[in-house]
Amino acid sequence: MSPSEKYTAAAYLVVFVALLAYVLIIAAKLQRLERDVSELTDKVRDRQRVHGTDG
Amino acid sequence: MPGVKAIRLPQLVGLTIAALGAAIALIFFYAPIDANQGLSQKIFYFHVPIAFTSYACFGWGAWKALRYLWKRDERADLESYVAIHQGLIFGSLVLLTGSIWAKISWGVWWAWSDDQLVIFLVLFLFYCAYFMLRYSVDPGPARSNMCAVYALFGVVLVPMSFFAIRISKPFLHPQVFSASHGYAMTGAMFFTFCVALLGMLLLFASLYQLELAGKRLDAHLRELRELLA
Repeated sequence: MSPSEKYTAAAYLVVFVALLAYVLIIAAKLQRLERDVSELTDKVRDRQRVHGTDG
Repeated sequence: MPGVKAIRLPQLVGLTIAALGAAIALIFFYAPIDANQGLSQKIFYFHVPIAFTSYACFGWGAWKALRYLWKRDERADLESYVAIHQGLIFGSLVLLTGSIWAKISWGVWWAWSDDQLVIFLVLFLFYCAYFMLRYSVDPGPARSNMCAVYALFGVVLVPMSFFAIRISKPFLHPQVFSASHGYAMTGAMFFTFCVALLGMLLLFASLYQLELAGKRLDAHLRELRELLA
């Protein structure tokens, strides 16, 4: 591989790795949001159960 | 992005993948190898569109900042922030791919004598400071006002960065587009460049919509949590 090919490959790799890192960050954020939604759903269910027992 | 808003995110991502795929195919199988620079010239097809996209991000962020100051729309503040965040991501890629291209073309990773490089770095650091400002002030109208004014000031650097290449004396940086000579490349190269630029702009639109959706969802969840507390 010539130096020119190496540097060109490196430049394209940088863009690809950055995109991949962004997708990973978004995936981690989505997982957190999913956890938050299920936590809030549990809270609402608990509340409904308490209100159901009271009523 | 008024036109983009009507397109759903999966469709936008599909278009982005198609455009970037076509760009890569054109770069490596259609565009001719440059007689002077050889294969390393192919960095141009990603480096320059990424630079133009980062300018578009900062411009879009400034437009949203103006909308916030004008209409007092809180959504515009978040949209401005997300656009500037995207601009910094694309800006980092401009600096990284530019450094690699400089090393193979000029033999150095960075040249302080090149006005284009230095002005782009100033623009990049200016927008880095935007985040320091945003996170050092409590959320609210005061923070939104300050950030909007800062984003509007920063956009002045965009035309300076773009035209620096034309006014700088030592033409170390290649001048591909000029008013007097048109574009200094073949039709095949220009077509490839246009497809790559379209791909990068679509990538910005996709990432912008994705990040915005995440931020809005986050805000709604925070509000819901407060209501349930």
